[in-house]
Amino acid sequence: MLPNFTYERPGSVDEALEHGSSEGAVLHAGGTDLLGCLRDGVFSAKKVVSLSGLEELRGISPTRDGGLRVGALTTLTGVASDPTIAERYTVLAQAAASAASPQLRNQGTIGGNICQRPRCWYFRGDWHCLRKGGDTCYAIAGENHFHCIFGGSGCYIVHPSDTAPALQALGASVRIASRSGSRTVPIESFFLLPADDIQRENLLEPGELVTEVLLPPVASGTRSVYRKVRDRGAWDFALAGLAAVVTMPGDSVETASLVLSGVAPKPWRAAEAEGALTGARLDAETIARVVAASVAGALPLEHNGYKVALVRGLMEETLRALA
Amino acid sequence: MRCWERPLIEIIRLSVNGDSHEIGVPSHYTLLETLRYVLGLTGSKQGCDKGDCGACTVLLDGLPTLSCILPVQEAIGRQVTTIEGLADPDGPHALQDALDLTGGAQCGFCTPGILMSAAALLNVNSSPTRQEIREALSGNLCRCTGYTKIYEAVELAARALREQRPPAEVLRS
Ligand SMILES: Cc1cc2nc3c(=O)[nH]c(=O)nc-3n(C[C@@H](O)[C@@H](O)[C@H](O)COP(=O)(O)OP(=O)(O)OC[C@H]3O[C@@H](n4cnc5c(N)ncnc54)[C@H](O)[C@@H]3O)c2cc1C
Ligand code: FES
Ligand code: FES
Repeated sequence: MLPNFTYERPGSVDEALEHGSSEGAVLHAGGTDLLGCLRDGVFSAKKVVSLSGLEELRGISPTRDGGLRVGALTTLTGVASDPTIAERYTVLAQAAASAASPQLRNQGTIGGNICQRPRCWYFRGDWHCLRKGGDTCYAIAGENHFHCIFGGSGCYIVHPSDTAPALQALGASVRIASRSGSRTVPIESFFLLPADDIQRENLLEPGELVTEVLLPPVASGTRSVYRKVRDRGAWDFALAGLAAVVTMPGDSVETASLVLSGVAPKPWRAAEAEGALTGARLDAETIARVVAASVAGALPLEHNGYKVALVRGLMEETLRALA
Repeated sequence: MRCWERPLIEIIRLSVNGDSHEIGVPSHYTLLETLRYVLGLTGSKQGCDKGDCGACTVLLDGLPTLSCILPVQEAIGRQVTTIEGLADPDGPHALQDALDLTGGAQCGFCTPGILMSAAALLNVNSSPTRQEIREALSGNLCRCTGYTKIYEAVELAARALREQRPPAEVLRS
């Protein structure tokens, strides 16, 4: 059973922001992550503020600049089955379709997907770890098979979202509302590393909410793909994944965006690999250089060295498929 | 729980299997808890209680949904269909008959959830491929059957519904 809380279903964003700013309030979009957190006591809530009545935050529409606006409350099923997203932002449709299970995709939203809390079992369990305000990261000396190989310091979570790396590879931005107004941030700077803040995965302040995700227009000839490796065929988080967006007007790659999932506390841009790919012909030699560059700087823990091999394999497979 | 922490009881109206119910529920109840412990509809199973197994699957406005992680307030104003609403007064749904005939239910714990996911699939796709069936059921764990007999049951039910014949007759033909 869930701990006791009161439940509010505001009818407007302003009302939601008002409720969301009160002490002990948490936001509920699809609730697929939130309810697990509350039940497991990861954090507590006095008041649950449901966003589900905010129709204006649902749905997908074109923007004036030729891009796309995806309302934060659009479900993952909605994202995965949208014809425009499937055709022009394929990597995002594939990422959404690869997340969780059919039921969870019917319930879970894209806003909740990028704001979901980490799945580290110490964080989710009874351990008072660093991320929960304690003084130890139990993963360092513990069962760290599913932890990060990039970007860890102090805490070694991986960011659990499948859509976030796809959005980052597409150059999306996030629109955030608060009682004092709204702001738009590139998704690249939305996510934080433990070195930035050990208790938060993104820069949302209490009382702020994500209203929409904005996708820029795509250049013609853009090809994009999301590949994900998991322990079983469905319904599982990424052990490692790769969101790749590449433009290749002629023989050589003009722009390349390569963002990894499942290996770092935030979606992880493989910057050296992008550098090795940009301007090059997509041949065996380039692929070998890009693969080597993709794991530059990886620092595996005791039990997760296999993720280095997974990243190399994902990179090679993906580039071969694009070639 | 101390007396001043008593849960707030809310009166809500819920539409389940076509019936409208006015009920009092603690404000932190899930739909699953409401179905099982307030309405006495115990067909939907409480397995993991956190989105990991699919045993609690119901249809919300026709879409398979995990009732264990759905606050009951989220079901207000929507059509909830549970396993109790799958059969019609004349007899079991073709899927129920088919599962019986193929041996697709063993301990039966996953069965209500499987049936709801499968029913939602057949509502939108009258001749699903094996792969489409696998995908539609990929959010329902079964620890007994190994799934093959469940897939066969969905194929049998789909055919029976298309041919408007009972699954037993289709099987004999
Ligand atoms: C068994 C299981 C398997 C899963 N597998 C995957 C997987 O493979 N890949 C994957 O990516 N995810 C997976 N998930 C996580 C799943 O919860 C998310 O995919 C889902 O999209 C979360 O969306 P939601 O709307 O349900 O979020 P909620 O649970 O409603 O919210 C999640 C968090 O974000 C906050 N939040 C939500 N919306 C907003 C907003 N608009 N503004 C500010 N804050 C907000 C909430 O306060 C909460 O803290 C899995 C979950 C389960 C239970
Ligand atoms: S009881 Fe709901 S998914 Fe297991
Ligand atoms: S029949 Fe026992 S779990 Fe499926």
